[in-house]
Amino acid sequence: MSGGANNYRKGAPIVQRIGKGGFWMSGTVRRAGDGAPLAGQRIQIWAHTVEGREEDERSHGATLTDKNGAFRLEMPQIVPVFGQPHGHLAYDSGEFKTVFLRPVMRSAKDSSLEAHFVLQPA
Amino acid sequence: MRSARTSVIWAALAAAVCVPIAAAAASPLLAYRDAIYILAGFAGIVALALVLVQPLLIGGYLPGLSAYRRRRAHLWIGCVLVAAVAIHVAGLWITSPPDMIDALLFSSPTPFSPFGVVAMWAIFAVALLAAFRRKLGLRPRTWRIAHMLLAVVIVAGSVVHSLLIEGTMETMSKLVLCGLVLVAATKVIADTRIWRKRALPRGDSLPWK
Repeated sequence: MSGGANNYRKGAPIVQRIGKGGFWMSGTVRRAGDGAPLAGQRIQIWAHTVEGREEDERSHGATLTDKNGAFRLEMPQIVPVFGQPHGHLAYDSGEFKTVFLRPVMRSAKDSSLEAHFVLQPA
Repeated sequence: MRSARTSVIWAALAAAVCVPIAAAAASPLLAYRDAIYILAGFAGIVALALVLVQPLLIGGYLPGLSAYRRRRAHLWIGCVLVAAVAIHVAGLWITSPPDMIDALLFSSPTPFSPFGVVAMWAIFAVALLAAFRRKLGLRPRTWRIAHMLLAVVIVAGSVVHSLLIEGTMETMSKLVLCGLVLVAATKVIADTRIWRKRALPRGDSLPWK
């Protein structure tokens, strides 16, 4: 989506947690057409948080979807930047078409955010 | 009595400008921003405050200033407004180039961006017209109408841009400042005489000369 790829750093490592955590980014990854959950898909996540700016390496991390196509990664609290409290997520592994998402939090006080991917074959 | 009224009006203006800036200076978001980003944000707040001062000056609503000094101040504050907007944009560009490029190209996902960019171009357009209006041979009435129409774009764009942003400005002080900007701009447009078809007598062209 528009602006979704801003400050993307290709190849963020798979991590247990980004920084000190305290905020949860979660979502699902499904296949276009039949909606089948996609397991083992690498989702990259970054945001402007209490611990760093979007472009900082330490603000980036990745996780894998489970057998239900769900992912969940703890990261530092997102704070508003460029006028909106928002996160960035990417699917960029090649098997499916690359997708960038940029979900916006309903409130800057929220401590979680969701984003859902529907992937099309590359 | 007259000096008391003068003091109250100037104190109210000082409060309208300083309270939002002071409230933004207390924002917890500043802790997570670097100096350039903070500077860019405050340049935007100062620019919004100057958009309030401009109609007050040219409309003659600020007591104690001669017509000449009001016009000179309006012109110089216009220059400062251009500089503030340039610092705002340059600082945001340095902070996050892709976000600023998206905004300038009208491809940003943030709904407030196009309003700010349109207001920016309108501010630059007024500045260029003001600088070259004699060279361009613009008649005073044409210049005033062009300035007024661009001022409407500047005011509307700046207010919507500011209101939609979730940033360092404190909500209530931002609402009040935006409300005052709208009231001042509406008042000066309502009071101005350029809408009359007959030519103005020479030397009687306030408030829009």
